[in-house]
Amino acid sequence: MKIRLLAGLLALGLAAVGCGGATVDTAGSSSAPPQAGASSAAAGTVKIAINPWVGYEASANVVAYLLKNELGYNVEMPEIKEQLSWEGFETGDVDVIIENWGHPDLKKQFIEEKKVAVEAGSTGNKGVIGWYIPKWMADEHPDITDSKNLNKYADLFKTSESGDKGQLLFGDPSYVSNEEALIKNLKLNYKVVVGGSEAALIKSAQQAQEQKKPLLFYFWDPHWLFSDIELARVNLPAYTPGCDADPKKVACDYPEMDLDKIVSKKFADTGGKAYELVKNFSWTNEDQNAVSDDMTNNGMTGEQAAKKWLDANTAKWQAWIPK
Amino acid sequence: MSTTAVSTPAGLRLPKWAAPAGVAALFVVAYLVFRGTGTLPHDKEAPQFLAVTDLREWIDDHRNDNPLFLYFLNYIRLFVGSLYDLFQTVMYALGWPGLIGVMGALAWLAGGWRTGTLAIAGVSAFGVLGLWQSSVDTLALVGVAVLLSLAIGIPLGVWAGLSDRARRAITPVLDVMQIMPTFAYLAPLALFFHIGAPAGAIATMIYSIPPAIRITALAISQVSPTAVEASASLGATRWQTLFKVHLPLARPTMALAVNQTIMMALSMVVIANLIAAPGLGGEILGGLSRAQVGIMLPAGVAIVIMAVVLDRTLTAVAHKEPHARIGRGDLAVAGVLAVAGLALIPVLPRTWPENLTVNFVAQVNDAVHWAESNWYAVTTFIKDLVSHSLLNPLQALLTSAPWWLVALAVLTVAWRVSGVRPALTALGCLLAIALLGTWEHAMQTMTTVAVAVLVTLLIGLLLGVAAARSPRFSAVQRPILDAAQTMPAFVYLLPALALFGTTRFTAIFASIIYAVPPVVRLVEDGIKAVPGTVVEAATAAGSTRGQLLWKVQLPMARRAILLAANQGIVMTLAMVVVGGLVGAGALGYDVVVGFSQRTDFGLGLVAGIATVLLGVMLDRITQGADRRPSPRKRKFI
Repeated sequence: MKIRLLAGLLALGLAAVGCGGATVDTAGSSSAPPQAGASSAAAGTVKIAINPWVGYEASANVVAYLLKNELGYNVEMPEIKEQLSWEGFETGDVDVIIENWGHPDLKKQFIEEKKVAVEAGSTGNKGVIGWYIPKWMADEHPDITDSKNLNKYADLFKTSESGDKGQLLFGDPSYVSNEEALIKNLKLNYKVVVGGSEAALIKSAQQAQEQKKPLLFYFWDPHWLFSDIELARVNLPAYTPGCDADPKKVACDYPEMDLDKIVSKKFADTGGKAYELVKNFSWTNEDQNAVSDDMTNNGMTGEQAAKKWLDANTAKWQAWIPK
Repeated sequence: MSTTAVSTPAGLRLPKWAAPAGVAALFVVAYLVFRGTGTLPHDKEAPQFLAVTDLREWIDDHRNDNPLFLYFLNYIRLFVGSLYDLFQTVMYALGWPGLIGVMGALAWLAGGWRTGTLAIAGVSAFGVLGLWQSSVDTLALVGVAVLLSLAIGIPLGVWAGLSDRARRAITPVLDVMQIMPTFAYLAPLALFFHIGAPAGAIATMIYSIPPAIRITALAISQVSPTAVEASASLGATRWQTLFKVHLPLARPTMALAVNQTIMMALSMVVIANLIAAPGLGGEILGGLSRAQVGIMLPAGVAIVIMAVVLDRTLTAVAHKEPHARIGRGDLAVAGVLAVAGLALIPVLPRTWPENLTVNFVAQVNDAVHWAESNWYAVTTFIKDLVSHSLLNPLQALLTSAPWWLVALAVLTVAWRVSGVRPALTALGCLLAIALLGTWEHAMQTMTTVAVAVLVTLLIGLLLGVAAARSPRFSAVQRPILDAAQTMPAFVYLLPALALFGTTRFTAIFASIIYAVPPVVRLVEDGIKAVPGTVVEAATAAGSTRGQLLWKVQLPMARRAILLAANQGIVMTLAMVVVGGLVGAGALGYDVVVGFSQRTDFGLGLVAGIATVLLGVMLDRITQGADRRPSPRKRKFI
């Protein structure tokens, strides 16, 4: 019985795509997942990829809450890393990336060449990546925040992992990174030690604060951690347009990025009001930090934190709802 | 033991230790003379890596016009995807009352009231933990993977059980599938099958097919030859013999194959989430990126519960007499359960009611935070001690020694422990690692593995001996070991991260937790298997308990202990890649990078291959203890 069922299913699958062979798109669209709620009246399902940092999740949850409760959509939020999310546009596993950090190479490939994605405007957030230390270190050694003086303090940052060099702690391997090149080109006596996740960075920063342990680490703004711990930024040689063109020759700081939203071409064409909402969504770094702080430190789920912010900022989100 | 292990020529009158000591001294001298020459430093831009990356880009561009994809791979994806949708649709349609009723009924039929109640409680627990939907997604994914694994694995296993040639051909493939770190094949999988539920199911299958094949093959080959001969002499055809003799007689062991397949599939749940498969893994990855054990723990508990329910149900099926009839009472209860569940679907709310969930996220987070801040001094001391006294010197030794000296050392040790052929295989693997351009990182990984195995064996021996001596201790320890094995590694990775920072030691810690359970069991079983008469004889001869242990039990359990060492190595290596997420660096990290940054795809894939080679090498060095214990060995994972 079971075998017959399988055979039938296979035959059905084959018939569905005809004899022209199966492309990735057909594979994706024919396996549209069933809806969790029985409400067949739902306007459709929107898939927002969740990239592995909490600020992203804050934005995603706010948008998801509105999609669900104001526009009546189902929302799925699969955890997918940055670069894989872009591939999701092609397979139909992802409709929306709600906070994109640059990635000109991916934009070129997926928007211009494959034409499976389109830009959907800025999130209003300004993103800055940089090297940070706990503020108490900057108080003790005022000149430490200049990257030229970092070698003088390399000894402070030595750990069991970095050997005789200073340690620069890095996060999730999928993050945007110039660290190796910067160390080489600025001739710093440091070694990149990879923590592997946002969690590793946060834990280390919190320990560095509580135990007064020196730490130099890769971090980014907007982030709730700034309201929790005082951090000082290390000044790398200032960014000038084009100084990061060749990834191997980078010797300058990260630019301030205008974070933007990317959606799949299909979603832009057929997403209707959901697409309009995603396109209209725009808020400030403070807004995002408030939500991610609630999610991380006040024990709220993404949905609760989003609701709290939305209740307090009705005027802001009213403007995003498509008329 | 193979005879080559004891090779001191009888003619020389030197003491027994002289030859090994002399060889060791030679190696030390050679190291001191040649240190720093012939090293193979790591180059991130090695041509080997770049070539693979280019290949990836090419494949990516031709996904929708290459016939291999159009007529083969995309269909597989499509088929697995629709199967998953079918499972998911059915389970969603059942809703929570229906699923609880049906699962309870099935379990009741399989194992009576105990199993039935356990299943009802277990399935309800998914809802109580607030994880109903993710649990159902996971169940559907595991269901698809297991069904397909069995559909492919059992025929192959039967074939391998009947034909020695088939088994010889399949075994190395299975070895590779099991040693290959899961991260390493996620990237190529995502390339061929893209991301999402189908790719997740296929990734899970790669991991869960081997036990299905191995144990089925074992079951078939264990069928008594007299029964087969009798059937043949009565004029049965080959097919008749297979279906009327082999399969019925092999049934109990084959039930174990099903069981193990499910357990392996469950252990892949989290990893499959990395390529956007739905399910409980998402909660765990979310907890990891938010640094909250409180979010991960319920999901981890749900996975353990799912494993326990499925395991007990299937074990009950396996233990049933082949022709036992199901009692009328049981049938009635099961019927009532199923019907009640189905009848309640329209009555009860579709989603699990909120007020029936417990939420202990905050409490767990507080407890973890307390431990972090109060144990910091101690844990840092332990970490630094191990790193500075053991890890760093060993790593410096391996990376500064010339490659040919390391190769020579591996050849010598493997030859002595395991014999000529394994030694040559080990050497081949090592040379391949060098050619792939991953030498330095492989040496670093080997250091981590060596230290982890050492500690694992130490703990495993202690606990195993204690358990063998005291049944009560053994009974207390067993469920803890079970949980440690089923709990996804990520869950204890995070507290370890807080205590030990992002270091190799954190990875070592995690792999110890993962590898200790099977080692303890092997040691315990080994010591218990020492015949009672021998123990009595020794006691009668006046041995103290200590003497009994050191002179009788441990030496006689030697095989089991060496097998435990072998197992420890394979399992530690499997964890090394996960360790790459928390600072283990080297090969594990290369694999992770390759998976997350497109430009480093080649590096990751090659590092994955190197990990397999390293695993095969270490396995061959230590396997002399026991000739390919494959089916038995896998039972413990």
